[in-house]
Amino acid sequence: MRLFLKLLARNRLAVFGAAVLGVIVIVVLLVPLLPLADPDVTSTGDRFQRPFSAGHPLGTDHLGRDLLSRLLWGTRLSLAVGFAAAVIAGTIGAGIGVIAGYFGGRVDNVIMRGVDMLMAFPYILLALAIVAALGPGLMNALIAVAAVNVPFFARNIRGITVGIAHREFVDAARLSGMGHGRILLSEIVPNVLPVVVIAMSTTIGWMILETAGLSFLGLGSQPPHTSVVPGVMILLIVMSINLLGDGVRDALDPRLRSGALSRPMAATLVDRDTVPDAQGPGLLAIDGLRTEFRVGPRLYKAVGGVSLSLAPGECVGLIGESGSGKSVTALSVMGLVASPPGVITGGAVRLEGEDLIGAPYARLRSLRGDRVAYIFQDPLATLHPLYRVGDQLAEAIRVHHAVSREAAAARAVKLLADVRIPNPEARARAFPHELSGGMRQRVGIAMALANEPEIIIADEPTTALDVTVQAQILSLLDDLRRERGLAILFITHDFGVVGQLCDRVAVMYAGRIVEEGRTEEVLASPAHPYTKRLIACVPELGGGRRWLEAIPGLPPAVDSLPEGCAFAPRCAKADDACRTGEIALAGDGRKVRCLKPEVVA
Amino acid sequence: MGGYILKRLISAVPVLLGITVIVFAIMALIPGDPATAILGSYATPENVARLNRELGLDRPLVSQYFIWLGNLVQGDFGRSFALNRPVLDEVLERFSATLVLAGAAFVLCALLGIAAGVVSAARQYGAADKAITVAVILGISVPSFFLGMMMILVFAVRLRWLPVSGMYEIYGGGDLRDLLRHLAMPALALSVVATGVIARLTRAAMLEVLRQDFIRTARAKGVGEGRVIWGHALRAAMVSVIPVLGIQAGFVLSGAVYIEIVFQWPGIGRMLVDAILKRDILLVQGGVVFVAACYVFFNILVDVAQSVLDPRIRT
Ligand code: SF4
Repeated sequence: MRLFLKLLARNRLAVFGAAVLGVIVIVVLLVPLLPLADPDVTSTGDRFQRPFSAGHPLGTDHLGRDLLSRLLWGTRLSLAVGFAAAVIAGTIGAGIGVIAGYFGGRVDNVIMRGVDMLMAFPYILLALAIVAALGPGLMNALIAVAAVNVPFFARNIRGITVGIAHREFVDAARLSGMGHGRILLSEIVPNVLPVVVIAMSTTIGWMILETAGLSFLGLGSQPPHTSVVPGVMILLIVMSINLLGDGVRDALDPRLRSGALSRPMAATLVDRDTVPDAQGPGLLAIDGLRTEFRVGPRLYKAVGGVSLSLAPGECVGLIGESGSGKSVTALSVMGLVASPPGVITGGAVRLEGEDLIGAPYARLRSLRGDRVAYIFQDPLATLHPLYRVGDQLAEAIRVHHAVSREAAAARAVKLLADVRIPNPEARARAFPHELSGGMRQRVGIAMALANEPEIIIADEPTTALDVTVQAQILSLLDDLRRERGLAILFITHDFGVVGQLCDRVAVMYAGRIVEEGRTEEVLASPAHPYTKRLIACVPELGGGRRWLEAIPGLPPAVDSLPEGCAFAPRCAKADDACRTGEIALAGDGRKVRCLKPEVVA
Repeated sequence: MGGYILKRLISAVPVLLGITVIVFAIMALIPGDPATAILGSYATPENVARLNRELGLDRPLVSQYFIWLGNLVQGDFGRSFALNRPVLDEVLERFSATLVLAGAAFVLCALLGIAAGVVSAARQYGAADKAITVAVILGISVPSFFLGMMMILVFAVRLRWLPVSGMYEIYGGGDLRDLLRHLAMPALALSVVATGVIARLTRAAMLEVLRQDFIRTARAKGVGEGRVIWGHALRAAMVSVIPVLGIQAGFVLSGAVYIEIVFQWPGIGRMLVDAILKRDILLVQGGVVFVAACYVFFNILVDVAQSVLDPRIRT
C-alpha cells in the first residue's frame, strides 16, 4: 500500500487529477451550506443575465435561473449519478460475470451469448430505447446508463473469474466439501473485488459523460453559450477521474513497476568514462566489457569486465549457467541489450580495431547483419510471426544492398537451400508458425548468412530443439563455418556442444570469465573447480540440461556478489583467502581465475 | 477462408434474432398507445380501437412479434405513420447520411489515433509522448456534443470559416466541396473520443510488441529504426489494434446520434431520437434493427480482416 501510494504520488498527472477532483468533491459536498440562490427559481425579469452581473456571478439562463447555483447543484447530481451508475452496473455486471466464470459450461455459454447480443447493440440506441420505455428523467437515464454498461463489466469480470476458478485454493476448497455459495463468497469474490472496484472507479467518468449525453438528447438543443460552463465542468470532472484512474492502474501494474514496459531503444545506452587502449589483433576483440541493468534503484552487474577475442575463422565457445552474463556479453557486441534497463558502462568491443561501443547508431546499424550477424535461441519468438520467411530473408539482404525485389527473393530461396531446407521455393512462402522448430532455426541461420558476414554470434541456437535436431543444426553450422571461413562466437550452457564445435572455450561465472583455453585442453584437464564440475556432469551431447542440479547451490545474484571468488560459496576448496580481494584471471592462452587451480595452467 | 466467413455469418443469425426480440420487447414496454399518437388526443375510442385492429395491435404480443419478424425477413419494415412513407426507404436514406459522417470520422480516428499511438510509443517518456498523453486524456474526457457546440461557436459563428449545420447548402450546394465543408466539423468532433482511445491502445500495443524478440532480430539484421517501428512493430501491434478499431467503429456510430443533433445532420441517429419522442414505433424498431444488423456484420468484417492480417488465426 505504501509503495502504491508512493508510485501514485510520483505520477504528476495523477496527482493533478486527484487535486482537481478533490476540490470539486469538497465544493459539491458543501453546496447545501453555501449561500446560493435556489437553482430552480425562475424569474422572467432576470433572463439571460451576462456573467458577473449582480447576484449572479455566472449570469442566468433562459428562464432567469442562477447559473452558478445550477452549475454546482448540477455537478453534485452528475457526480452522484455517475457514481451510482458505476456501482449499480459494476455490481450487477460483476455478479453475472462471476457466476458465468465460476460455473462455466452451459451457464457460461448462455450468459455470454446474451452479453454478446447486448454488446452488439450500439449502446446509445439501447439507452435511448430504455429511456423511451421508462420516460424521461435523470433517474431513468441513470438506470439506462447502468443497464447498458452491465455487459462490459460482466465480460471483464468473467475473464478474471475463469482465471481464478481454476487455481489450487479453489480446487482445495471444493475438495474440502465447501458449497458453491461459500466458495463464491469466501474465495472468488475477495479476489475479484479489487478489479471490480478499479473498473468501477475508472468508468465513473464514462458514466457521467453518458448521462450528460442522454440528458442532452432529452433536453433537445439549448442556446450553446449557456452550456459552456457546464460543459467545461463535465470535462474537468471526467478528466480528473480519468487521470486518477490511469494513475491507479499504472501504480498497480507490476510490469510498470519493474520498468519492464519500457521500450528498448535502437541501440544499448552507453555510459562509460574511459575507453581502454586498443590492444591485440583479432577480428573481434571484447576488452573489459561491463554491462549493467539499472532497474529503479537497483543495479545488476550482468557483465563485470569480460575480455575475449575471436580470430578469423575461429569458433569460440562462451559457456555458463543462465544468469552468468554470457548472453548479455553476446548482445552487447552490437548494442542489442534491451535499454532501458541495460547500460554498457565500460570496456570496448573492436571489430578490426574499430570500437563498436562508441560507434554512432547509423554505423552500428550498417554493420549489424552485414559483417556481424546473430542467431538467436528460440526461432518461433525471434522470427516475425506475420511475415513470410522468404520476405524476412529478402529484407535482411535489402537493408544492406540495393538489389531488386526479385533478386533478393531469389537469393532468399538460395539461402534456404544452403541451409539444407528441402523444397526451398515453397518454404520461402511459409509463415514461421508453419515450420517445424528445426526448420525455423535453419531459417534463422540462413538469415544470419544472408550478407555473408565475417562473424556470427550464436546465442544458444540449439537450446530450444530436441537432441536429434540439435545434432543436425550443429553439424550444419560446422560445415558452413568450414566452407565459408566464418568466425563464430557460440554461446551455450552445454559442454557437449562446445566439444563438438569450438576451437577455444571461455567459461563464465557471475558476469566474469573464470577459465579460458583450447577446448581439448580445458575438457581434458579443467583448471577451475567450477569448470571441472561442469565437465564432470556432462553425460552426452545435448544432455547438458542436467548439470544445473548436479552442482550444489545456486549461482550468486549479480547485484550482491560476494567479495573475492564468486564461486566460493559452492566450492569445496574454498578458504579465507578465496573470500578476500580480487582474484585475477591469470595465465597466457590458458587462463584461470582461481587461487588453487586443479591443474597448473 | 470461405468456410470461416460462412461460419461467422451463420453464428450471426441467433444474435440478430435476439436483437429483434430485445427491440420488440422494449418498444412494447413503451407507454403510450400508437393509435392515440397517430390520431391525436381528440380521437374517439372507437376510432382508436379500429386503428389498433388495422395495425394488428389488438393481437397477443407474441403473434405481433412473429408477424413483424416475418415481414422484416421479407424486407418489409412497415410504414412510418409520422412520415407517411415506408420505414425502409427512410432508414436507408438517413443511414447513408450517417455512414458518410461516421465513415469520415472513423477514417480520421483510425489514422490519427494509430499515428499518435505509434509516435507516442516510439518516443516513450519524451516530449511528444507527454503531449500526446495529455491530448488523449482531454480527448477522451470531453463530451462530444459539447465539443461540437464549441466548434460551432468558434469556427462557424465567430470565424465564419465553416457552415453552422446541415449536410448541404439549401441553395446552390450539393457538390463534393460543399459536402466536405459541412462534414469537416461534425466528423472531427465525432472522431475525437475514438482517436484518444485508439491512440492509447496503439501505444500500449506498440510498447508490448517492441519488447518482443523478433524486434531484436530485426535490429540485429540491420533494419533501420523507422522501418522497425512503422513496419515490423506496427504490423504486429495491428493484431491487437484491429479489434479495438472494430469496437470504436461501433462507438463512432453510436456517438453520431449526438453529433447529428448538434450539427443538424440528417442521419439515422437524429431520425431515431425524433421517432422515439414521437412514438413512431415501427420506425424505431426498423431503424434499430437495421443499425444493429449493420453493426453485427461490421464486426464479422473486422474478424475476417483480423484473420487476413494474422495468419496464425486461420489454422
Ligand atoms: S578461488 Fe577459491 S573458492 Fe574460488 S574457485 Fe578457486 S578455490 Fe574455489
